[in-house]
Amino acid sequence: MSAVLDPHGHIAGDHDHDHDHHGAPHGWRRWVFATNHKDIGTLYLLFAFTMFLIGGVLALLIRAELFKPGLQIVNPELFNQLTTMHGLIMVFGAIMPAFVGFANWMVPLQIGASDMAFARMNNFSFWLMIPAAIMLATSFFVPGGAPSGGWTLYAPLTLQMGPSMDSSIFALHILGASSIMGSINIIVTILNMRAPGMTLMKMPMFVWTWLITAYLLIAVMPVLAGAITMTLTDRHFGTTFFNPAGGGDPVMFQHIFWFFGHPEVYIMILPAFGIVSQIIPAFARKKLFGYASMVYATSSIAILSFIVWAHHMYATGMPVTGQLFFMYATMLISVPTGVKVFNWVATMWKGSMTFETPMLFAVGFIFVFTMGGFTGLICSMAPIDMQIQDTYYVVAHFHYVLVAGSLFSMFAGFYYWSPKWTGVMYNETRGKIHFWWTIIAFNVTFFPMHFLGLAGMPRRYADYPMQFADFNALASVGAFFFGIAQVYFFFFVVFPVMRGHGEKAVQRPWDGAEGLEWEVPSPAPFHTFENPPKLDVTATKVIG
Amino acid sequence: MNKMIDLSKKLASGLLFISTWFASAAWAVNDLPGGPGVRELNIQMPATKIAEEQVWLHWFMMIICTVIFIAVFGVMFYSILKHRKSLGHKAANFHDSVKVEIAWTIIPFIIVIFMALPATKAVVAEKDTSNADLTIKATGQQWKWGYDYLKGEGEGISFVSTLDNEQRIMSNNGAKGVDIDDYLLKVDNPLVVPVGKKVRIITTSTDVIHAFAVPSFGIKQDAIPGFVRDTWFRAERVGDFHGQCQELCGKEHAYMPIDVKVVSQEDYTKWVNEQQKLLAASKDDPNKVWSKEELIARGSKVYAANCQVCHQPNGKGGGPVKPLDGAAVVLNADKSKQIMVLLNGQNNGAMPSWKALSDTDLAAVISFTKNNWSNKTEQIVQPSEVLANRK
Repeated sequence: MSAVLDPHGHIAGDHDHDHDHHGAPHGWRRWVFATNHKDIGTLYLLFAFTMFLIGGVLALLIRAELFKPGLQIVNPELFNQLTTMHGLIMVFGAIMPAFVGFANWMVPLQIGASDMAFARMNNFSFWLMIPAAIMLATSFFVPGGAPSGGWTLYAPLTLQMGPSMDSSIFALHILGASSIMGSINIIVTILNMRAPGMTLMKMPMFVWTWLITAYLLIAVMPVLAGAITMTLTDRHFGTTFFNPAGGGDPVMFQHIFWFFGHPEVYIMILPAFGIVSQIIPAFARKKLFGYASMVYATSSIAILSFIVWAHHMYATGMPVTGQLFFMYATMLISVPTGVKVFNWVATMWKGSMTFETPMLFAVGFIFVFTMGGFTGLICSMAPIDMQIQDTYYVVAHFHYVLVAGSLFSMFAGFYYWSPKWTGVMYNETRGKIHFWWTIIAFNVTFFPMHFLGLAGMPRRYADYPMQFADFNALASVGAFFFGIAQVYFFFFVVFPVMRGHGEKAVQRPWDGAEGLEWEVPSPAPFHTFENPPKLDVTATKVIG
Repeated sequence: MNKMIDLSKKLASGLLFISTWFASAAWAVNDLPGGPGVRELNIQMPATKIAEEQVWLHWFMMIICTVIFIAVFGVMFYSILKHRKSLGHKAANFHDSVKVEIAWTIIPFIIVIFMALPATKAVVAEKDTSNADLTIKATGQQWKWGYDYLKGEGEGISFVSTLDNEQRIMSNNGAKGVDIDDYLLKVDNPLVVPVGKKVRIITTSTDVIHAFAVPSFGIKQDAIPGFVRDTWFRAERVGDFHGQCQELCGKEHAYMPIDVKVVSQEDYTKWVNEQQKLLAASKDDPNKVWSKEELIARGSKVYAANCQVCHQPNGKGGGPVKPLDGAAVVLNADKSKQIMVLLNGQNNGAMPSWKALSDTDLAAVISFTKNNWSNKTEQIVQPSEVLANRK
């Protein structure tokens, strides 16, 4: 029995003492009317994984087309639709909702709160995403096909798109509204509902990173909404914000978009830092090194993320002082990011480490994410960027930070917390297979893209010169192995534990793990911390 | 520098063993001088000082990053190997040190400043487009490049450069059995410039954003509609240098290459003279009256060069592209309707404006579409009628 699929699993055979007086709904009503943070968290995670598979299929179609030079499978129109929708679906449908899912499940448990602050708004912000996701995923069937202007939606190309552009803009608005509601919920929960004794500087790192992320989201989602609304009015209501024929400025779109887009990058990585900062100490059996500096580093990254946006735009022809400013500011971000990596390594140093799957993914995260960090530093140098901007080098770079960064941390988080969610242990052997398979296939896919980019292969190309053929073939083969690994993950790891198959999990399955989530039974009861718990001085244990 | 490039070639040949395993990918393709190399691991061979500087900077960064990488992950993997529970290692208790934190904030900060210094120098050099010997405007259009020689020797020369049509067809056919070195990089009219001269490229666009990029020159500049931007290069050696559009610009984004032919000063002067003679000869008088056959013959060429990418050779269009065969606008007795569509574009630029074409070309292509496929209107349009409709 598991908490994920059955809210009363933990008291099965104990119905006489069912203390669930609310009469929580069963069947489909339980999910549609869900107000419980754990159920909503589960919904978010399943939704995100579904979108991840849809986005993954689009990616595999791209890689299949690029396996050989020449057009074999799709035409250039459809190819551009695939790259665009792969980006939009992965960013807005997979990574962001998945982290919100983690926040829903873990934030109340980690701060000793009974639920999220606004339970019904929580429900609403989840269910809002469904129509948006349907609009995005079905845009391929709209006359004229899906939007094909790239996930960055650069004007004036977006002004040439068919009707699906409008539905995608609408979908992004809805997803943005959902994100803002989710963020407000998370901020209010964290600031108001911590158990007595848990001061801000005693909060778990995951909670800290999400608090900062939520502020970033509130700051920048409206900026995206503004940019796409202007695109919409340019398309239909005769405005010319971005249309040069009427005095508009296409580059202004890029400034607005990246003012959203760069903090967005950190929205997708800060919670990952948080997850990894929980897991490394647990498996090193040693406290996180430099907790305070981790908090400050995260905050500095968040603040700096607002003043680096135009490093995406070196090729637009900025004045020399503009280029220099954005180059320096961007390079500066490597300092707090470096501090985080050093702190993780120092946490591992002289620990007593074991390498269960969560730790493997966390260490894999540090290793591969850091490579993405280095390529980021290289991209930040404006002169080098003249070579690699808009080439496969950039594609390699952001997949190193988004796949090996965000996605690996989520896998780590799943393996780490799923015993608490489901009440059973995942199969360790299968977890390890998943890890090694994923990390090898990942590198086979994306490492050769660095070479392609340096050699000058532009991104978003449906066909390419023959010289690029071999590395493209290699990347395509890697991509399919990577994709299969994730299907394996779902059917052989996630599905069994959701159905409660596996060794029963104890309350604290990881002997080095600290935090309030390990103070409740596994699986976590439907309602936890209904009365504020009394905490010890470190705010990691409940004392009566 | 060259040693490093040799080194990367050696590494590349090592990788050859792995990649030939993908036997199907074993095309007999060679490195393209001035373009990409086969299984190239590094930036293309530089042909300007700026590109050399970029290659140097990239090595500089790679070396620093590799050293840091080895240092950090040396420590991490040492720890992973030694500080294991299975080896009986007991966890230490330290978890804070202000001194260490300050050290590893300050040291990276100094390293970053050290990196920024040479980069700053390069940025300033790249951005200095003053005192050019030759100024050329590159106009991105869906999906071709227009070149206008604005200032310097060859002033007044103007032409359009598109991908070799045969290669576009090869691509559609899946590039089966194709093993050519300049696949998707061959153009009909390369941009010709003299060696050793400072060439300033002004970019702009007539529709969406494109990017004028030539890796071996180390330049990349977006071509933005309604705005002009500039960049520059001074090629150090003669030869063809290849680039491609590097900003997503619609469906044919992968099919608008750039070929810069760098020639000696004498050859350049010769080329300029030839071009100017051709230009004088081909100037059509918009008031000349053409016969129907002449118009249709010329129109079919204009159609093949400009229209059939979207409207297809059979005039049926496809997807969002409207058909011309049997279209009301084409069949309409009021010829000005079709003329206006060609001059001004339609559907928010999905059908772009073609006013950059000459009156004669426009008249010819309209006459062609009005009398081709199942369209049998017997109408012809004279260049003067197009001229009359221009504002």
